[in-house]
Amino acid sequence: MSLLQQLPALQVAVPLIGAPLCALMGRPRLAWMFAVVVAWITFAISVALLEHVLDAGPIHYTMGGWPEILGIAYVIDPLNALVLVLVSGMAAIIMPATRIGINVEVVHRARHLFHTMALLALAGMLGIAITGDIFNLYVFLEISSLASYALVAMGIDRRATRAAFHYLVQGTIGATFILVGIGLAYMMTGTLNMADMAARLPGVSHTAPVQAALAFVLIGTAIKAAIFPAHSWMPNAYTYAPSLVSAFFGATATKIGAYMLLRLVYSVFGADYAFGEMKIGWVLVPLGLAGAVAGSIVAVWQHDLRRMLAYSSVAQVGYIAAAIGFANHDGLIAAIVHVFNHGLMKGALFLVMACVIMRLGKADMESFRGLGRRMPLTMGCFVVAGLSMIGVPATVGFISKWYLVSSALDAGLWPLALVIVGASLIAVIYIWRVVDVAYFTDPPPGARDEAPAMLVIPAVVLCALCIVLGVTTDLTVGVANTAARLLGGAP
Amino acid sequence: MNPVDFVIGHALQWGSVALLMIGLYIVMTRGNLIKKVAGLNIFQGGVFLFYISLSNVRDGTAPIVHEDAVLYTNPLPHVLILTAIVVAVATTSLALALIVRIRESYSSIEEDEMAKADLD
Repeated sequence: MSLLQQLPALQVAVPLIGAPLCALMGRPRLAWMFAVVVAWITFAISVALLEHVLDAGPIHYTMGGWPEILGIAYVIDPLNALVLVLVSGMAAIIMPATRIGINVEVVHRARHLFHTMALLALAGMLGIAITGDIFNLYVFLEISSLASYALVAMGIDRRATRAAFHYLVQGTIGATFILVGIGLAYMMTGTLNMADMAARLPGVSHTAPVQAALAFVLIGTAIKAAIFPAHSWMPNAYTYAPSLVSAFFGATATKIGAYMLLRLVYSVFGADYAFGEMKIGWVLVPLGLAGAVAGSIVAVWQHDLRRMLAYSSVAQVGYIAAAIGFANHDGLIAAIVHVFNHGLMKGALFLVMACVIMRLGKADMESFRGLGRRMPLTMGCFVVAGLSMIGVPATVGFISKWYLVSSALDAGLWPLALVIVGASLIAVIYIWRVVDVAYFTDPPPGARDEAPAMLVIPAVVLCALCIVLGVTTDLTVGVANTAARLLGGAP
Repeated sequence: MNPVDFVIGHALQWGSVALLMIGLYIVMTRGNLIKKVAGLNIFQGGVFLFYISLSNVRDGTAPIVHEDAVLYTNPLPHVLILTAIVVAVATTSLALALIVRIRESYSSIEEDEMAKADLD
């Protein structure tokens, strides 16, 4: 029994055990160093797992040697291996920046516990992604959610606590809906193992409890993923949370919600049942596209740029929901690729906000005046990630949009392809507004004043990835293609 | 199934659905944060009872091994909901801790008063 075979357990156990150790350290600097090491180890594990899955097929890991259907099983296929890489990779990139980031944006009395909460949130999200047991998924969901509420509440603005409270109430309702759905599905199948449940559900799929189970799970994950119109917790939470927290959650939290939706619909209820019989595509596509248009339009009118990015997230999650709703092979690829790609760009954009707040104390339109000359590197990152958000060729955003549009056409819904392109054009407006203010207005007096390297470098790394992965698509599209084929594609 | 059986035969489920609805209604309509938390607890309580109702087996005894026992109720939902209760305790305590901090900075726990304070 080598250490290598224990990697699935270590993927979650390392950050989960690291979190209380971090709390015991007391000294913020020590806790930070420890958290960075933990995040990097976690990232290394996830990369090793992805490689192994691509080489040798899905991994089945059983906790404590119990048979898979009795105990808790971890099942890793290309889909969740990619999500694991995204979540742990974002943690590995953002964690080093927290050393200075928290001094400006986290309330003083919470600083020594910041890294504990960050590692707990990380462990929870990784747990959601890796588990093959549906109740275990709920438990990890609550672990990551509770840590996220606490992290949002650490923001220095007093509105952060209010935003965190609303996030808590809505998040708990969402998680409880998922819990009811799990209970109903358990009631009809008598099992909690996802694969076993998927095998037993078709026999009882005509019954009302199973139909209700799908509805409950759909609503619960919609709240967690912030799919329009269940997104109302998100704008305030991302605006008032510390920007580094927004960067991490903007890149991962809603993506985990989308992953849960994909996993539960495809691997538990089955695409034939969900899309063929229950027609959830008729819910996901209209709501997704309505969110894409409404989110983009509202983003244009925002004064605070963090709120603008949060509304842009509503739009981007809308694309993902619509892509899932199209229920064809390209749609699945679009959803998986966009989960990954949007994580990169939104992470980069929120890191830019962290840089600006570090120097100017706020991130509204006023403070961006002349920033192109004052903080050239930071604004350069904003432009690159912004172009990617619009979907300009040679960026990751283009790859996502390409598959999204082609899946709409595959589904025979060409007017919707126009809606997608139209919503992307609105993104041009809200990104251009900022570029216009930053590069084409006279800067206020003051010399060049770039943000500290520790904050800028992570943003630059993410922007570089936006371009590299936009040119070479082997990692994202290649893996998504394999994952989509394994999930079963069209009904 | 005739309507009377449908209501009486599912009394436990109807009860938990009623709790779910009452809880959700309180969360949505009350502006007082403590009342919202209370509503959330009622909402979660409905789910707990729902899970426990799942484990019921007609004429089954408590799931403790005993020589006279022929039929046991299903213990698994009990264990599951024990976990969910722990989660609910953690959620409630975090919510209350947040309310304390909100009270410190706003001197109020009423939604409308806080919204007004933020506008000023």
